[in-house]
Amino acid sequence: MNGNQTIMEADALTKIYRRGSEEIAAVNGVSLHIDKGDFVSIIGPSGSGKTTLVNLLGCLDNPSSGILHLGERPIFGKGKPLSERELTKIRREVFGYIFQNFYLIPTLTVLENVMLPLTFYDKRGRSDDASRLLKILGIDHRKDHLPGEISGGEMQRVAIARAMVNEPQILLADEPTGNLDTKRSMEIVETLKDLNKREGLTVIMVTHNQVLAANAKRTFEMRDGQICELERTAFT
Amino acid sequence: MITKFQVAYKNLFRKKIRTILTIVGIALSSWVLVSLLGFNQGYERALSKDIDNMGFQLMIMAKGCPYEAATMMLKGGTGLRYMDESMLSKVAQEPEVDKVTPILMAAVFDPNKGESGGVAGYFGVDPKTFPEMKTYFRFRQGGWFKDLDAYEAVMGYEAAELEQREVGDMILMPEKNIQFKVVGILDRTGTQDDGTIFVPLRTLQKIFDKNHQITTIGIKIKKGVDSAPLEEKLYQLPDVQIVSLAQVKETIMKLISTAKVMVLSIALIAILIAMVGVINTILTSVWERFQEIGILKTIGAMPGDIFRLIWMETLILCLAGGTVGIILALILARLTDILIRSVLPYAPTGGLVVIDGKLVLVTLAVILGIGLISGLYPAWKAGRIRPLEAIRREVSG
Repeated sequence: MNGNQTIMEADALTKIYRRGSEEIAAVNGVSLHIDKGDFVSIIGPSGSGKTTLVNLLGCLDNPSSGILHLGERPIFGKGKPLSERELTKIRREVFGYIFQNFYLIPTLTVLENVMLPLTFYDKRGRSDDASRLLKILGIDHRKDHLPGEISGGEMQRVAIARAMVNEPQILLADEPTGNLDTKRSMEIVETLKDLNKREGLTVIMVTHNQVLAANAKRTFEMRDGQICELERTAFT
Repeated sequence: MITKFQVAYKNLFRKKIRTILTIVGIALSSWVLVSLLGFNQGYERALSKDIDNMGFQLMIMAKGCPYEAATMMLKGGTGLRYMDESMLSKVAQEPEVDKVTPILMAAVFDPNKGESGGVAGYFGVDPKTFPEMKTYFRFRQGGWFKDLDAYEAVMGYEAAELEQREVGDMILMPEKNIQFKVVGILDRTGTQDDGTIFVPLRTLQKIFDKNHQITTIGIKIKKGVDSAPLEEKLYQLPDVQIVSLAQVKETIMKLISTAKVMVLSIALIAILIAMVGVINTILTSVWERFQEIGILKTIGAMPGDIFRLIWMETLILCLAGGTVGIILALILARLTDILIRSVLPYAPTGGLVVIDGKLVLVTLAVILGIGLISGLYPAWKAGRIRPLEAIRREVSG
């Protein structure tokens, strides 16, 4: 353990799916800890269980067994699985999510998309933050455009701003560059690095691209449902 | 800050044609509903007005079919059968009776009326007692004739318009070739009286050779007196029939109720079809946005938020459709009136389709109620979408 504050700690997290009589351990006894302000990448081939792991870490699903703590707060491992309502409450307090397909609402403008989370949950009355975030992410000139009128890279930046508007403690990015070309992919990773450095945001990024993953402070590799941490890269 | 309402209504613009078609479906059912309810109250109101405007509560007529007689009376036709005028004094002696008036109805064919001629209605009335029954009559020009046997006439508003007559002009009774001097022209009453020509009773009796004979006795009952005992007594009189206008009204309403039930059934079917349309539209929209709704949950939306969002979309559709339907009904009320009038055996004067503020609110409430029910299932389904399912669909997709 290092001296930093631990923001997430998993112990023997396991997720088993049943297919007929067969049991498949998509995540098999994964233990890890992530410090506040970390930038973690998780790599691995398709079917290695990285998305399932991120779903468990991001409280999108209950594990079959194992323990998860967010800071001092125990989440999984208390016996019964959490309801969808309980999971939602944790998610909106702690996490921001970005996905490969952006999932912007096509009928809302860029600014409205960024403000959308505040419609459901305004953690600290951050309604002014949407414009500020768009400026930080360099897309404030697009705020009145509809998603269909901007590029893929810009759409992902909007999705990042949407994920950030409620000041999450952890940003979960599942293949955030999956739909972008190399140049745009690098820009998005640079943006995540910048947010991590400037805002102290903890970032967990799933990718199959090792070059992009190398930008993280720590890199984990998933293989057959198990995880191992690769040697740390220099990060300045 | 963007509200749930903004998110909901903007989403409806995503598939414009589908949204418009759904709104049209709701609008049509709303139009049928409001027109039907408007007809329900309009018909009853118009019928009551027609009957109340007759000025008397009971009529005595020579024996025959009472409904035919009443309908003819309402339509301004003739009673065809006659009774002796002496009946008048017998009836007047009854303690419940306030006023009585004798009427002789006559109809002559006027070849100049309309495109191929028509029947002109003449009422022979007593200038002393008849005006007391029709207290709501107002004269545009002149006044009542004074003598019971003068060749003078008072014309209803429309009769005077049709004949282009003023007070002092002469009118010719077709067939009989007898001239009357116009001494009064009535204001519009909105009843059959507008098309009637009133002449002195004795004069009409002489022209049609019906000395001391009348077709009808109008009876006004004293205020607060029950008409049932009087009706019982009058039934004992020979060769006459009693027509209670309250009964006539009730009977006509009963006859019309069959048509009402049919139209109500059609409205109900239209509403059910619209309801299915709404459920289909919203459910399709929910399935199309399956991933999007799942993602909304990852950005903080609780199941209740999603439920309200989808429910709101249903309400917006129903509110828009309901409003369009009501506006349509208001604009086309006159057309609906003409259509209904063309299929009804008897339609009273005045508007048959009356749409007032209360009716508009009731219809909107019904349509919104239907919207709320229609939206329940799609909203519940949407509320249950789990973000993980949405993400898995992304992965598998």
